[in-house]
Amino acid sequence: MALTTAPDPTRRGPGSDRAHAERRGPGRFRHSEGLAGYVFLSPWLIGLMGVTAIPMLLSLYLSFTNYDILTPFSEVEWVGLANYERMFTADPSYWHAVRVTLTFALIAVPLKLAAALGVALLLNRAWRGVGLFRGLFYLPSLLGGSVALAIVWVNMFNRDGAFNSLLSLFGITGKPWVNDPDWALETLMVLAIWQFGAPMVIFLAGLKQVPTELYEAASVDGAGRFRQFRNVTLPMLSPVIFFNLVLETINGFQGFTAAFVLSNGTGGPVDSTLMYTLNLYITGFTDLNMGYASAMAWVFLLAIAVITAIFFSTGRFWVHYSDGEDR
Amino acid sequence: MVTVTPTTAAPTAAPPTARRRPGGRPVLRLVILVAIVVVVLYPLIWMVGTSLKSQEEIVNNVGLLPERFTPGNYTAGWSNFDVSFGRFFLNSAMVSLLTVIGNGLSCLLAAYAFARLRFRLRGMWFAVMIGTLLLPQHVLIVPQYILFRTLGLVGGDWPYLPLLIPQFLATEAFFVFLMVQFMRGVPRELDEAARIDGAGPFGIFRHIILPLSRPALVTTAIFSFIWTWNDFFRQLVFLSQLEDYTVPVALTLFIDSTSQSAVGPMFAMSVLSLLPVFLFFVAFQRMLVEGINTSGIKG
Repeated sequence: MALTTAPDPTRRGPGSDRAHAERRGPGRFRHSEGLAGYVFLSPWLIGLMGVTAIPMLLSLYLSFTNYDILTPFSEVEWVGLANYERMFTADPSYWHAVRVTLTFALIAVPLKLAAALGVALLLNRAWRGVGLFRGLFYLPSLLGGSVALAIVWVNMFNRDGAFNSLLSLFGITGKPWVNDPDWALETLMVLAIWQFGAPMVIFLAGLKQVPTELYEAASVDGAGRFRQFRNVTLPMLSPVIFFNLVLETINGFQGFTAAFVLSNGTGGPVDSTLMYTLNLYITGFTDLNMGYASAMAWVFLLAIAVITAIFFSTGRFWVHYSDGEDR
Repeated sequence: MVTVTPTTAAPTAAPPTARRRPGGRPVLRLVILVAIVVVVLYPLIWMVGTSLKSQEEIVNNVGLLPERFTPGNYTAGWSNFDVSFGRFFLNSAMVSLLTVIGNGLSCLLAAYAFARLRFRLRGMWFAVMIGTLLLPQHVLIVPQYILFRTLGLVGGDWPYLPLLIPQFLATEAFFVFLMVQFMRGVPRELDEAARIDGAGPFGIFRHIILPLSRPALVTTAIFSFIWTWNDFFRQLVFLSQLEDYTVPVALTLFIDSTSQSAVGPMFAMSVLSLLPVFLFFVAFQRMLVEGINTSGIKG
């Protein structure tokens, strides 16, 4: 702010040609800065147009056609709202995929966040070793999204896997969980929860921002540990909880890799792991039904936008922002 | 209960109450934390253990570690397919490293424009950039595939262009945002000093912003590498020839062959595929954790 007012005194300074030069200086500079702005921005702008905006418009157009990759563009047929109609009225597997995705997100996301918050509270006190634990808990978030870890996970919950050998210690005979339509999705939920480290790190940062005086004041007022948590920690942490909730929900809807690996790209057993994005992939790239897949993509985008909007509108009632103190 | 006379009780009472906030007693807390560490690490240790078991032990010994360490799965897995895993690793490394370069360069340029330069519609473009932050890649994959295929870039002589072109065009808004946030912390007085010395926008970028943005560049590089190395969706869509496969796509070939004999080699190659990420984690652990803290990006 101070910098923008800096030229003013020199402009009023003595020596007319010097003042003249100064006046021309910033003006010319501002012009070249505008130009430079667009020069520096150009890769991003080209990317925005070519990789994001134009594909989005193309996708919107395709969603009203029966396009498959094999017929040339000139023979593409406009089918109006037929794809959307089919999606909402005549495609049970679409609704099944929606249900699978919602089930996954509704169960896995809250549990993951609860685990993240719980462990963050345990780690919150500053003592030796906290960095080590924090790092170890974060490791699954780095590895968990990979194909390799999904492979390990599927085998762990298979008939001869580590999970059943653990159960047998307690005399329980397990089953091939990943081949059971009632349990396959649950194993993927456990994989998601296992990656609690990333939101945990964000919670830890949020907990550090809570002023110690608030706890002191609360304990002076006779609040026990539980009431301190409810009346101090939770409200002070609510912006971070909100942030994690929005991000994890959106991530949860996009689960693909583990479901692909578990079902070898089919969404099985009996469509129990048919996540939305996997269904979209199968429709577009296995069945080559790209018009229909584009319609699915647009509904997906709108659904995510609506859910985010709902989060933000309800956030007003429970997210507490202390006046510029934190974040 | 410390309810009365807080002023006199404060000096002596404060330390114990401060220590006894949510979290419980230290010993109990340590026990719980160690238990969680076991749960967190068990799958990873089991993975490494299984990769070193003989075929017979994989079936009969479900324990964490093999009775006899047999490295044979690694050699068997390495040449399990017509194309060796060495090739897949090279392909993955090339895609990941080029992505690192592309993201670093293009996001830095865009971030400098957003953070430092004044130009028309800057606010609007910035809002658009923020809007693309949460745009799922699955929404764009079908039209992108069609566009790149129309341009003859899918399955062409060098099939990695569809994977890399977006990375050289700053489409990872996370990194742009991270760098903008970082550059806002660089004192503007430095720009002003360079300006007085006659530097224009390019000179300021070259001599002030570029050298001072190194921490943000390093964070971007590490996350780009790990994300691309682990990425599966885009590589699955755009790579179709066996010799072009990256490690994640090649690993899924093991799933097709459902025979028990492939489990050992499959685990061995899974371990190898996670090794680079793990080494990055060991080397940059602190930075990775700080990285998510400052920017809110996810691992």
